[in-house]
Amino acid sequence: MVIARNITPEFEEAPPRVSEWRRFRRVFLSRGVVIFGLVILLALVFTAVFAGWLAPYDPYKTGTGRALEQPSMTHLLGTDTLGRDTLSRLIYGSRTALMVGFISVAVASICGVSLGLSAGYFGGIANIIIMRGMDALISFPMILLALVVAAVLGGGIQNVIIALSIATIPGYGRVTCGLTLSLRENDYVLAQHAIGASNLRTMLRHILPNAFPPLIVLMTMQLGNLILAEAGLSFLGIGIEPPGAAWGAMVNDGYKYLARNPVLSFAPGLAIMLVVFAFNMVGDGLRDALDPRLRGLL
Amino acid sequence: MTTYIIRRLIQALVVLIMVTLLIFFIMRLLPGDPLLIYLAQSAELEAMPPEMLDQLRHQFGLDRPLMVQYFTWIGGVLRGDFGTSIFYHHDVGALMAQRFPVTLHLGLLALFFGATFGILAGLAAAVRRGKWLDRIITPLTYIGITIPVFWLGILLIYLFGLKLHWLPIAGYTSPLENFWLSTRQVIMPVVCLAVFGLAANARQMRSAMLEVIRQDYVRTAWSKGLSERRIIIKHAMKNSLIPVITLMGIGVGIIFGGSVLVETVFAIPGVGRLLVSSIFAQDYVVVQAITFVIAVIVLTVNLIVDISYGWFDPRIRYG
Repeated sequence: MVIARNITPEFEEAPPRVSEWRRFRRVFLSRGVVIFGLVILLALVFTAVFAGWLAPYDPYKTGTGRALEQPSMTHLLGTDTLGRDTLSRLIYGSRTALMVGFISVAVASICGVSLGLSAGYFGGIANIIIMRGMDALISFPMILLALVVAAVLGGGIQNVIIALSIATIPGYGRVTCGLTLSLRENDYVLAQHAIGASNLRTMLRHILPNAFPPLIVLMTMQLGNLILAEAGLSFLGIGIEPPGAAWGAMVNDGYKYLARNPVLSFAPGLAIMLVVFAFNMVGDGLRDALDPRLRGLL
Repeated sequence: MTTYIIRRLIQALVVLIMVTLLIFFIMRLLPGDPLLIYLAQSAELEAMPPEMLDQLRHQFGLDRPLMVQYFTWIGGVLRGDFGTSIFYHHDVGALMAQRFPVTLHLGLLALFFGATFGILAGLAAAVRRGKWLDRIITPLTYIGITIPVFWLGILLIYLFGLKLHWLPIAGYTSPLENFWLSTRQVIMPVVCLAVFGLAANARQMRSAMLEVIRQDYVRTAWSKGLSERRIIIKHAMKNSLIPVITLMGIGVGIIFGGSVLVETVFAIPGVGRLLVSSIFAQDYVVVQAITFVIAVIVLTVNLIVDISYGWFDPRIRYG
């Protein structure tokens, strides 16, 4: 696992701001597949925000007379075992996916970045303890770690968020630590020491901003991974409480009726794949636009 | 090189100790008394006098200080004794000895096919960059790293099991018992487990290869008039394999993670499914043993990867 170790950004003189933004936009939007990903993500956010208006039915309303209906004009994707409209549940499921993704990324990045920053900046024993701790965390496959933590904490969406956050902390820690180790050798850090700036100020005002580009790329890609992992957990039955809609759980529910009504499983799975794909593509695009040297590293 | 290996070994040992601490204390954070869960299954809880509870607690060693419990556990693990399952009332070591071979059977096949086909696909895409072959392989690799494995499993079951009736939809048979049936049952789970690694290897191989074939020594090889075949195999491939090796370490972890889902989809009695059922049964003895063994395997593979990496690329040793 040598991924984060070799990141040594060399910063050229900053060109004027306007052209920088233009260059970013040009590179970012140069690939069709990135634009495709961006469109999917915008549609996803739109769906999640306006789920109440978009959903044709109440996603929680059960109906005994119309269980496991085939797709039709009234129920575009059919109904599940409890007679709930699949399309409406799919639409509401986007909220679960996005919520878990965004909150976990926020929590994990804040924890991971502060740990990595301290480890890289102070070095020595702090570095050893923090980074070996991260290595220990990373030696569990992400979904296994999340599974165990979620099991310990008990079900519920907030515990899934905590579990996924813990499982993804090491990624941020490693990248930030690697970047900090090289950034702290810069003269402007020395200058900060010379004028008597505090360590905290140097870390937050001078090192962290320079570590932003790779971190933003990492966060975007992690969003996809988190949504995938959340889907896996809810497929296993860990996560959102029963009436709530989660794509992974929907795949599992539909799996039992695969022969009779395959759409129940196919539709939510396709949604997961599209969203994860979109986050990966946008992450790829951001990487190329922000710092092409990260190719192969992130 | 020796110093590098020793340094990596010490590092791995420190990580291993942290892993044991992590597992042990996470499991002790479990809400509820493991003993009460154990008793709740025998449904004699109501009738049990408190003295007997204390006696049982003593029997399981749960009344001792945490640190003592930790060292007892570690001591047991070092002697190969993983304790007794709360749920199955079975020796956990024996339980794992039953389940691990199944997961390893699937996992090793997946690792092998993922690496071989991944490297070949990446190589082909790089050599024919921009041509139709690349334009088929590259989008497929994107799908491969994003498709949810459990969903892929369901798609395969629907197509090859329910519609075409080519393959059995679930179950597992030991290859020693019935090789033909076993192979047929194993195809779909192995495809599911391999697909992420295959796609990741192909992507890594493609970008590493594109990097290498731009290098001066490859141009020199061309100008010497060597055949394309020879340049790719003898000169370019060796160096582009280096970054792919690192992925192997990650791949093992991914496969263990995936086995939890894939074994659930295909009803395979492997260690992943044992872990899930133990988690739902709150059988901390089993969960702690399985996570420990998996972490040790992942750590060991990564150690080997790192050492071989240092051997292939001397820059790493001194980094």
